[in-house]
Amino acid sequence: MTDRKVVIPGEVIFEGEDYLPGEGTEKRNNQIIAIRYGLAEENKKLVKVIPLSGVYQPRRGNVVIGIVENVTFNGWVIDINTPENAFLSLMEVPRYVNKDDLEEVFMIGDMVVAKINAINKRGIDLTVKLKGLGRLDKGMIININPNRVPRVIGKEGSMISLIKEKTKCRITVGQNGLIWINGDKIDDELFAKKAILHVAEKSFMSGLTDEMKDWFEENKEKKEK
Amino acid sequence: MTTKKSEESSKEFKRPDGRKPNELRKITAKVGIIPNADGSAMFAFGDTIAIAAVYGPKKMHPQHAQNPERGTLRCNYNMMSFSVTERIRPGPSRRSSEISKITEWALQPVVMIDEFQANVVDVHINVLQANASTRCAGINAAAMALAHAGIPMKSLVQSVSIGKLDKHLVADLIKEEEDWEDGEGATDIPITLTQEGKISHIQLDGKISKKQLNEAIELAKEKSKEIYEAQKKALKEVGEEK
Amino acid sequence: MSQIETSPLTAERIREYFNQGKRFDGRKLDEFREIVIETGISKNAEGSARVKIGKTEVLVGVKMDVSEPYPDSKDKGNLVVSSELLPLSSPRFEAGPPQFESIELARVIDRGIRESKFIELEKLCIKEGEKVWTVFIDIYSINDDGNLLDAAGIGAIASLKSARIPKYDEEAGKTVFGEWTSKNIPLAKDIPISLTVHKVGNSLIVDPNKEEEYISETRITVASHEGIINAIQKGNSKELTIEEFNKVLDLIEKAEREIAKKIEKSLK
Repeated sequence: MTDRKVVIPGEVIFEGEDYLPGEGTEKRNNQIIAIRYGLAEENKKLVKVIPLSGVYQPRRGNVVIGIVENVTFNGWVIDINTPENAFLSLMEVPRYVNKDDLEEVFMIGDMVVAKINAINKRGIDLTVKLKGLGRLDKGMIININPNRVPRVIGKEGSMISLIKEKTKCRITVGQNGLIWINGDKIDDELFAKKAILHVAEKSFMSGLTDEMKDWFEENKEKKEK
Repeated sequence: MTTKKSEESSKEFKRPDGRKPNELRKITAKVGIIPNADGSAMFAFGDTIAIAAVYGPKKMHPQHAQNPERGTLRCNYNMMSFSVTERIRPGPSRRSSEISKITEWALQPVVMIDEFQANVVDVHINVLQANASTRCAGINAAAMALAHAGIPMKSLVQSVSIGKLDKHLVADLIKEEEDWEDGEGATDIPITLTQEGKISHIQLDGKISKKQLNEAIELAKEKSKEIYEAQKKALKEVGEEK
Repeated sequence: MSQIETSPLTAERIREYFNQGKRFDGRKLDEFREIVIETGISKNAEGSARVKIGKTEVLVGVKMDVSEPYPDSKDKGNLVVSSELLPLSSPRFEAGPPQFESIELARVIDRGIRESKFIELEKLCIKEGEKVWTVFIDIYSINDDGNLLDAAGIGAIASLKSARIPKYDEEAGKTVFGEWTSKNIPLAKDIPISLTVHKVGNSLIVDPNKEEEYISETRITVASHEGIINAIQKGNSKELTIEEFNKVLDLIEKAEREIAKKIEKSLK
């Protein structure tokens, strides 16, 4: 795997017949050309561009956080910060919901964490049938560039586990860039927010987990003052 | 190709600010200047300064204007009242309406609109300070802002104004040159080119032969490389900080 | 990325924190973010300024032209203040006719300057009944992270103070655009500063950022200099007790002195 470098749309990343165009790229003649602004990565001749920016691309199975925008006769319309609407059907709630009681379950303005069941022409279908999904009651929501979410989570969740441990907060990271933080004290939540934003800003540095361990040591002292 | 004679006379030709005929003013380009925007950039030719911000893709209102098959690129260009010496009344004008549309057409061939389907990408351009070539600066800023926003694009575009002052071709006009009165006067040709060298926008005011017009386009092609380098550098600087 | 407005959860936390006298960015309730003022940022303007309060940014430009006076002030120059909340500065502003917020902003800043007689309009008369100078102040938002109102007010003052009067061709009876005299606009010594205090729950705060401004329940903008009040605007519907109102005036008096110093400093 070659070193990653920043590329811009129209830039030639590799030239050669046997290279394959992955996400964020296009093959023209024998050149692999970037069509997104991001970091170019090549692995076994497959070239792709990891975007540095851009809206969240919803995928089936993603956990997302959103706000209830509307209550319809058979479910809730949820804004998850995408151009398409997301919809939660009353059938996708872990208990029986009477058609007249929809607002008892979720009201306009409620924040929910849900999973994407399916994406089709109509929009995005959500479910809250699994453990850990549902309405969010206390805490705070922060918003980061969705392209940074993988780094905030870390390899096999290592980064987010570190942050949870050091800040003593419950944290749920939505793939759409919305993150829920809940601690016993607001100060703990703000500390977690600071850590997350720090990681999000430094997204593409290697050795970030070690750096964060140091960061927590330094900042823990500051916080306790 | 210019003849030896016109080459010589071009060399002798004196521009009001002392530049050589094919010399651009100093380019300043920066990306990420508006934190709220999904993408933003600033591009300046000397003291002509334009800023651009991109929001989107996002849902489009009103619903009835939506094209379900394709996405929409919407451009909105205007100049600040104090960007010129005689105040421009704030608000849209016919000129700004036209330039908004021209800008949209100039960018459309490279923006991969089909990716958005029924959504819209808004590009907003404002000119802070004007000394001619304002629409070109705006288009250059817009291209950077679109890339910065993560919009899929085949490539950027580069826009520059080529002028004919009497019989001499020059690159990157200033106001004094737009108002040139000697000999055949001024011909103003703003051109936007894609990376493949195709013309995505061209306008012309004045008087020019077909032969010289083609020379003008060649000059624009040559200058677009410098503009591209500045745009690329601005985008990479921000990317590499990470 | 487009923002979901401050979620109700976060809003609740913000209010709780205010009750403890604290804010997420570490400021006190009566503390401003960093203010940066630059003048002369657009050279075709008679005067111009870029003001940043935290990440909020506005550009203000002053232009002048000679015209006929208004019939009820034949010996005075004119003041026209306009504002554009540019769509590039926030996803909540759209291209199109001026939204109410933009109209109110211009009118509030206008009254602050006009009622304090900061611009000595009588000195801008060239020929009574026939020719007077009109001063145009045009305000543009560049990035909205809350408190555009105060940033605009500071920008208006800074650009007025740094402005020079254009040349006037008496024979032709016209302004010579693009050429300036070395004269400044005749201004009063005391600078009227326009500042806003917001009420959120039980707390009164100055200089809200975007998240805080979204949950503001009412706001009071006061234009004053050294305790003399020239203009007030209460915006939004929540009521204030008289006690709270006086606390607002105290907060503003204190902030006004500091901001006036900052403006003077930036003009040196």
